Amino acid sequence: MIKVHLRLLIFMCSFSLFAQDYFPSNTGVIAHNTNYTAFTNATIHVSPTEVLDQATLLIKDGKVVKVGTSVKLPNNTTKVDLSGKTIYPSFIDLYTTFGIEKPKRGGDGPQYGPSRSGFYWNDHIMPEQDVMSQFKYDEKSASELHQLGFGVVNTHIPDGVVRGTGALIALNNNADNAMRIVDGKISQHLSFSKSVKSRQRYPSSIMGSMALLRQMYLDAKWYADGHIETKDLSLEALNKNKNLLQIFDAGSRANLMRADKVGDAFNVQYTILGGGDEYERINEVKQTNATIILPIDFQLAYDVEDPFYANTLSLSAMRSWNQEPHNPRLLAENGINFALTTHGLKSKKTFTSNLQKAIENGLSKQKALEALTTIPAALMGKSDVLGSLKTGSYANFLITNGDIFDKKTVLYENWVQGTPHIINNKHITNIDGQYTFNLAGETYQLTLSESTKKPKAKVELKDKSLGAKISYKADWINLTFKTTDTTANTFIRVVANTANSKTLNGKAILANGIALPFVAEQTPKEETANTEAEKDEERAAKAPFMSPITYPNLAYGFTKKPKSETLLFKNATVWTNEKDGILEHTDVLIKDGKISKIGKNLSHNKARVIDATGKHLTAGIIDEHSHIAAASINEGGQNSSAEVTIEDVIDDEAIDIYRNLAGGVTSIQILHGSANPIGGRSAIIKLKWGEAAEDLIYDDAPKFIKFALGENVKQSRSRTNTRFPQSRMGVEQVFVDYFTRAKAYDALKKSGQPYRKDIEMETLAEILNGERFISCHSYVQSEINMLMKVAEQFDFTINTFTHILEGYKVADKMKAHGVGGSTFSDWWAYKYEVNDAIPYNAAIMHNAGVTVAINSDDAEMSRRLNQEAAKSVKYGGISEEEAWKFVTSNPAKLLHLDDKVGSLKVGKDADVVLWTDHPLSIYAKAEKTIIEGVTYFDLARDKQLQEAIKTEKSELINLMLQDKNKGLKTQPVKRKEDKLMHCDTMDAHVH
Amino acid sequence: MKNKYNINLLLFLLCITLGFAQQTPAPKQTKDFAIVGATAHIGNGNIIENSVIVVSNGKITTIGPEASTPLTKQAIDIIEAKGKHVYPGFIVANGTLGLVEVDAVKASDDLSELGTYNPHIRSIIAYNTESKVIESMRPNGVLLGQVVPRGGRISGTSSVVQYDAWNWEDAVIKMDDGIHVNWPSSFRRGRWWLGEDPGLKPNKEYNKQVKELSNYFNESKSYNNGDSKELHLPFEALAGLFDGSKHLYINADNEKGITDAVNFAKAQEVEKLTIVGGYEAGKVANFLKQNDVSVFLRRIHSRPELEDDDYDQSYKLAKQLVDAGVLVALEPSGQMERMNSRNLPFYAGTTVAHGLTKAQALQLITLNPAKILGIDKAYGSLEVGKSATLFISEGDALDMRTNILTHAFIDGRRLSLETHQTELWRRYSKKLNQAD
Repeated sequence: MIKVHLRLLIFMCSFSLFAQDYFPSNTGVIAHNTNYTAFTNATIHVSPTEVLDQATLLIKDGKVVKVGTSVKLPNNTTKVDLSGKTIYPSFIDLYTTFGIEKPKRGGDGPQYGPSRSGFYWNDHIMPEQDVMSQFKYDEKSASELHQLGFGVVNTHIPDGVVRGTGALIALNNNADNAMRIVDGKISQHLSFSKSVKSRQRYPSSIMGSMALLRQMYLDAKWYADGHIETKDLSLEALNKNKNLLQIFDAGSRANLMRADKVGDAFNVQYTILGGGDEYERINEVKQTNATIILPIDFQLAYDVEDPFYANTLSLSAMRSWNQEPHNPRLLAENGINFALTTHGLKSKKTFTSNLQKAIENGLSKQKALEALTTIPAALMGKSDVLGSLKTGSYANFLITNGDIFDKKTVLYENWVQGTPHIINNKHITNIDGQYTFNLAGETYQLTLSESTKKPKAKVELKDKSLGAKISYKADWINLTFKTTDTTANTFIRVVANTANSKTLNGKAILANGIALPFVAEQTPKEETANTEAEKDEERAAKAPFMSPITYPNLAYGFTKKPKSETLLFKNATVWTNEKDGILEHTDVLIKDGKISKIGKNLSHNKARVIDATGKHLTAGIIDEHSHIAAASINEGGQNSSAEVTIEDVIDDEAIDIYRNLAGGVTSIQILHGSANPIGGRSAIIKLKWGEAAEDLIYDDAPKFIKFALGENVKQSRSRTNTRFPQSRMGVEQVFVDYFTRAKAYDALKKSGQPYRKDIEMETLAEILNGERFISCHSYVQSEINMLMKVAEQFDFTINTFTHILEGYKVADKMKAHGVGGSTFSDWWAYKYEVNDAIPYNAAIMHNAGVTVAINSDDAEMSRRLNQEAAKSVKYGGISEEEAWKFVTSNPAKLLHLDDKVGSLKVGKDADVVLWTDHPLSIYAKAEKTIIEGVTYFDLARDKQLQEAIKTEKSELINLMLQDKNKGLKTQPVKRKEDKLMHCDTMDAHVH
Repeated sequence: MKNKYNINLLLFLLCITLGFAQQTPAPKQTKDFAIVGATAHIGNGNIIENSVIVVSNGKITTIGPEASTPLTKQAIDIIEAKGKHVYPGFIVANGTLGLVEVDAVKASDDLSELGTYNPHIRSIIAYNTESKVIESMRPNGVLLGQVVPRGGRISGTSSVVQYDAWNWEDAVIKMDDGIHVNWPSSFRRGRWWLGEDPGLKPNKEYNKQVKELSNYFNESKSYNNGDSKELHLPFEALAGLFDGSKHLYINADNEKGITDAVNFAKAQEVEKLTIVGGYEAGKVANFLKQNDVSVFLRRIHSRPELEDDDYDQSYKLAKQLVDAGVLVALEPSGQMERMNSRNLPFYAGTTVAHGLTKAQALQLITLNPAKILGIDKAYGSLEVGKSATLFISEGDALDMRTNILTHAFIDGRRLSLETHQTELWRRYSKKLNQAD
């Protein structure tokens, strides 16, 4: 057995790798290298849970033959002594686009149709796309990944809703693809984002992407069952890819939940690329059972030196900076499976430091290693060959001088499939330290640092620094530094040997060419006092401060979710909205989330008593038309989008929820926008601030859908006019067409014959069957009349006309049809079709017997719907009691919620508001807003929070300043914009 | 008392005579009249219960408590208003009524002009007296306002008008009262087409933009001090700022912007400055007071700008400023600002729920804007010698429920309270057999 030089080893390894049996050779003889290589005397992490000391790793042909403490070495073994060194299995990144060029924007295809044929009708569904068709091994990126410890990556084309198959590639710089491809089809990739290569507009929102995926799965089944005569290569590929690892690019906690929801409905468990914010609702994330591919692209501290700018930074942004590094730990502590990825890092180099940061913040090293080795290997079903150094595994491993997660550890070599990639020379001696040397009667100080990585030298003469450069290779240094003569710009050159680590021996050549002997002696290390920066670092390392996570995790969130209480309001003016009318000096008892008693002199021994003398207690306000708390509002990619639902995109972190509570609002209908005649389904929610999106939705929520008429649906202000309809005339035909088809669909379905399940048709059939209600955006009388006639033709009733600003012109017809009107109090003049909008509309409709509500469609107005209701007293002389019903019991009726909410009646939900004054008065403020006995808004608590927010922000600003003082990079302050959504707000989330 | 009218009868007669020609401006006052018994809200913080107000030739000639103000004149109409309330006409500061009719119809939009520095652009000549939106102001007591061009760094020159006129010459109360500037923004949007994050980030051009504005003012001063024969329209238009004949309005919302704007105006020796918007004016209230700078406070009914801001930030800001002694008026700019201008009284009302007294709140839309606009000699309060631009409401005019007008006058001319909207209301009520 012989010791070999490294270069030779590389040569030998590569030799063996290229020897593919059936490939002819015309450059020499075909010769196999069947030698073994053994790495001896090393500390070997065979797997995250198994560490061997003084062990041997024996490899051959790019695979592990044996690992252990007493491995018998065959005679033809080349031995590498790794005393004092450590071996780890190399890392795996499940989520990269390695070797794939960024997809280019393109296509001049149609906006409202596909640009391909023979494939699925939607261009953004591309399961047939194969990453290998575009793959080009990228040695530069591979080297970058080697430095971080990665040996194998999964790569895919990051484009489209379904993006096709990914491949598992070994980062072997000394082989060809035949060797590198560990698996050419390992995964199928999905996302909510459209392909940049197609102009097809649908889906234009997250909820559209979700609906599209659902319909795609249904169609794939229908295709697999042989019901489609023609060819669809996309569906064929989708069915073929079924058993691959399904990786979903969610990119945030909220989208992670959404992706999982889509998968669950079709028994697909996605492995999901997260956002790093999973800790904000860890319980919900855990319930998905999904394994998360976790980015660690922790934010830089914001540059908060300028208080004017710092002032605009939101608490939630500051908390993200502070809390994100805790995310990996929190996932681990909660038993959530995750793999780590370099995805999302602007500079891949920061992977190592960010990982160290996660560990500083409590992530165990074992978990970290698992997340980089065994977990990704297991997910891909490759545990037998990847993720550990068991016999039969690829010889993918790292050689270090110690604990791989330690800051000071040096990574020497990254072996992939038996090929070494040198990161740092492991034979190099560390010569860091302070030296002194004498030259021509002067005593110089020499400081060397980072000698094992990128050596740096500093030469000083009498405390004056002389510009110095050093190179250090194979036991020799070359040092050049300037002479003290500042006018001449001349140099002294040194060459010295480092074999003796305490002394550097060689010669110095002066500027005049004279060579002198050079001896530099290392001075013993002094225990220097720690610098301030180091002290800061130590302090931080000891106890990383973490801002408390609140529900939701932004300003005004709850540190602990509030509980339902037994509450007794004494001596209030009680607006019952029932036969009893308005009761003076009355008590109301709330228990178990319900109104328990209304009367005089009530008592309850466990109740918290609230003195309501001089105050008014009412049912909570219900906003029939809201667009707050949603991640998207419009799916305008088609003229009908009945398949989408706002329930998919509720945003439980919207500050508007809190602000609406402060205005006495307890329930809202989040309506789809008015981009198309048949819009999407509604979400009807209670504003339970702090609860997760799914828990805001009413139990057994009545089913609603948004329809729309007029200027918006005919795209009056759009520059491209290619979507039908472009006139009110066309709008009618869209409805007649869809309902005709839905009727036929429903009949086929009910006949028991096989039918292609179509989510859009299912929804429309629900309308025909009276199971789903329409709230229709409407302005002028002609179209209002039209829709009622279409409904009558198909034997159903329109439930609500919303906006309905010319309702007063056809109030008698509305009454006869049985439709309600949900209108603005006084809006008009904002577009042509509201020329005849009048503030007396609510009064006239009400007087004609129509159930009238006043709504907001606006996150500002919804905060003071009590004032808007009061305008009906001014405009049209509605009584105060009736006007109040316009924002409480009437919207409850329109939303079919009146058995639960909308009035104060024993047995109904305790959704109440305590007002400081007459609720219709401009002078009234909501003092407490309560939903099911839980106080979600309280004026006194709000005051405290306003102060607490300031305190917490100051603390975080201090921490950020500490980061900056440490010399860490910062990012400029971002000003978080408030999205104000209206009917015509288009989604910005999907490209 | 003689000649006592039944108000309903009067209203009825008016409807008959005027029919639906609600746009017809009221004729000049020919006969003296007195409003008797109402609570008079003077607009300067005072209230007179059971008041008598006598109006002659468009001016208030007498105002006082009924007990001590005997009515002597015979040839006078008496408007019995016991239990009712009289207010000075509300004034829309920083308004844009008459410049746009329908927001989304470009052809009806004359709000802003091309270019960055447009001091010479004059809003008054585009002011559309026939606007249906304007007539809808009057039933809410909103009778006067500033007509302000928007856009650019220097938007142009505004004028002050009354809302019942045949043409802009009739309408104007104060011609070319001020110049409007949009202070450079502290933040700018990322250029997404260059691959930048489209979010808001610090505006690196801020200092440059301030300097540019400053240079523009300097150039203009030099021009106006000299005797150049070649007319420079924009520089010419700025002259009034330096001789005190024009007011400078600077739109600025944040603390730094406001501070820089005030210092800028001082350095430029501009006499009259008002900050428009002033979202963070509360933070520099004392500084504003010290420098005698007034504020047109942004729409009270607006959302907090930043996620962390107090939910009631916009509601309570007026109180903070008033308490610090700053002269404050309310302005309506924002989405649908023209039609929403009729809600001005309710903006004021909301400040009462959040700390001000009713009398203080009333000042924000009467005497204070009159003072800032420089029309307080004739308008803004119910005082002898001032114009009889006032209205009678059934109740508290700052509250929606009771802001119900029976009479409104501009310069003593009795206005029609009919509008396009009341006409439709009557027509369809009648069609549906509803009594209005």
